[in-house]
Amino acid sequence: MITIADAVVRYPGAHRNALDGASFEARPGCVTAVVGPNGSGKSTVVRALIGQVALAAGSARVGAFDVATADRRALARTLAVVTQREEPTFPLPARDYVMLGRYPHHGAWSALGPADVAVAEAAAERAGASDLMARRTDELSGGEWQRVRLARALAQGGDVLVLDEPGTFLDVAHEMAAFELLDELAREGRTVMLVSHQLNLVARYAAHIVLLHHGRVAAAGTPADVMRGDVLEPVYDWPLVVARDPAVGAPVLIPLKRR
Amino acid sequence: MTNARWVLLLATLALSCVAGLVIGPVPIGVGDVMRALTGNGDAQTVAIVRDLRLTRVCLAMITGVGLGMSGAALQGTLRNALAEPYLLGVSGGAAVGAVLAVVAGLTAAVALPVAAFTGAAAAVALVLVIARVASGRADPRVLLMAGVVVGAFANAAIMVLLAGAGEGTLRNALWWMMGSVSGADWASVRWLALYAVAAGTLLVAVARDIDLLALGEDAAAGLGVRVSSATRRIFLLSALLAAVTVAGAGLVGFVGLVVPALARALGMRRAREVLVASAVLGAALVVFADVVARTVRAPAELPLGAITALVGVPFFLVRLRRAA
Repeated sequence: MITIADAVVRYPGAHRNALDGASFEARPGCVTAVVGPNGSGKSTVVRALIGQVALAAGSARVGAFDVATADRRALARTLAVVTQREEPTFPLPARDYVMLGRYPHHGAWSALGPADVAVAEAAAERAGASDLMARRTDELSGGEWQRVRLARALAQGGDVLVLDEPGTFLDVAHEMAAFELLDELAREGRTVMLVSHQLNLVARYAAHIVLLHHGRVAAAGTPADVMRGDVLEPVYDWPLVVARDPAVGAPVLIPLKRR
Repeated sequence: MTNARWVLLLATLALSCVAGLVIGPVPIGVGDVMRALTGNGDAQTVAIVRDLRLTRVCLAMITGVGLGMSGAALQGTLRNALAEPYLLGVSGGAAVGAVLAVVAGLTAAVALPVAAFTGAAAAVALVLVIARVASGRADPRVLLMAGVVVGAFANAAIMVLLAGAGEGTLRNALWWMMGSVSGADWASVRWLALYAVAAGTLLVAVARDIDLLALGEDAAAGLGVRVSSATRRIFLLSALLAAVTVAGAGLVGFVGLVVPALARALGMRRAREVLVASAVLGAALVVFADVVARTVRAPAELPLGAITALVGVPFFLVRLRRAA
């Protein structure tokens, strides 16, 4: 469970708040999608959850933890985050990379053991990354790297998963497979929150959509509540229509050409 | 495989130590050296081996440990394979601190590293501030430029501080700015070893943070690292290690660049392994470099810093090409 309440974030030197009193929840058992135009505050939400930006007001809670005061490693055992970009400075075998997900479970001097290896292997299996474990991180394609990162997040063992643009760098099949997996992980009782530009895809998997605009929640609810032209058009500031896909029945956002 | 690598590293270090003890202007055989180490043999040989060569080897080892570990920690934390205390101006800052202490008359073996550490910490802070102001994020190339600028400033400051000094002091200071372990004595070696072991152990204790910071700040934060305080801690420990080397041996460049890269080339991946391997390799490298420094043009000695730079600069250029 993630609870953001009246959160305010202002970056130094910025002329307006990146988050400006946003409140929303991501509940266990379903996928929650945070969407919005560039600069709406989506990534700031993720950075606030890992304590990388301090809230000027309001609160961010993950399960029993208040992010502002939580022990970081205890928080990392509950909440796993796949950030938008991440690249090891010094390439390492994917197996070693996935094992980094076990670090929050150990102090400075306690060694990682067979139990950690077993968790990491199960996580890799789950993320469809088992056959990548012997490869080096700099030899992986974008899609493979994304799966290995998801495996690392699962190896952290928490029940709250946050992903920033999980579909980036993925082709159609891998993207669909990733969303299917996230959906499955949520159905098992985890809290899955994803930040995404991909409104159409998100609308098919998310039970709950939060639309951010200028750091505030412009709309929140089921895909049917949010995927509406009159809701989305003023936020994206572009003429658009929402149709229903004749094949699968999902709402589809279609931006209109000016001419 | 893993054990074989460590055996290789330790054997290299042992070999360098034997070379450091056996090779010198007075020819002494390996057997006599070993006897002299335990205090047996004629008094002159014992004095040469124990008070001249052994102190020198010890100081060279401490210098190598400090520079190797400092470079390894800085590279991981700054996400930059070109980072090392000399190029980042940290050693220069330490030198200013040390020279200030000497000018003020604070030459006690316990105080000099502290003064050098103060200068090194100030240099780290300055480099990071300059890099951040210049590029917003800590861009690797801007960071190095900031380091070079701070290093140049440190050199200028040292020149100003020494302007009024007598010719003898000036000559000593110049020699020291080019790096040398020829002035080793037991009193300073003991204190420097203590500081180096303490800072090195603490760095090994935060090695997992270095592993995670090498993924990027947000990724590290997501894995339970308090990014700003962990980064500050690692920088201070790296500065302390660099300061120890400067207080003992002056400015010795490029060891911190070459050694962690060699450790990684040997297949070390985790920060803990890289740190420990860099300590061993750094020690071996500086002991060897000192042997070269005092033999190639014997009886004259070359500055240690010149030898490490002759090895390090081509290495740096190759790395720069790869990084660009």
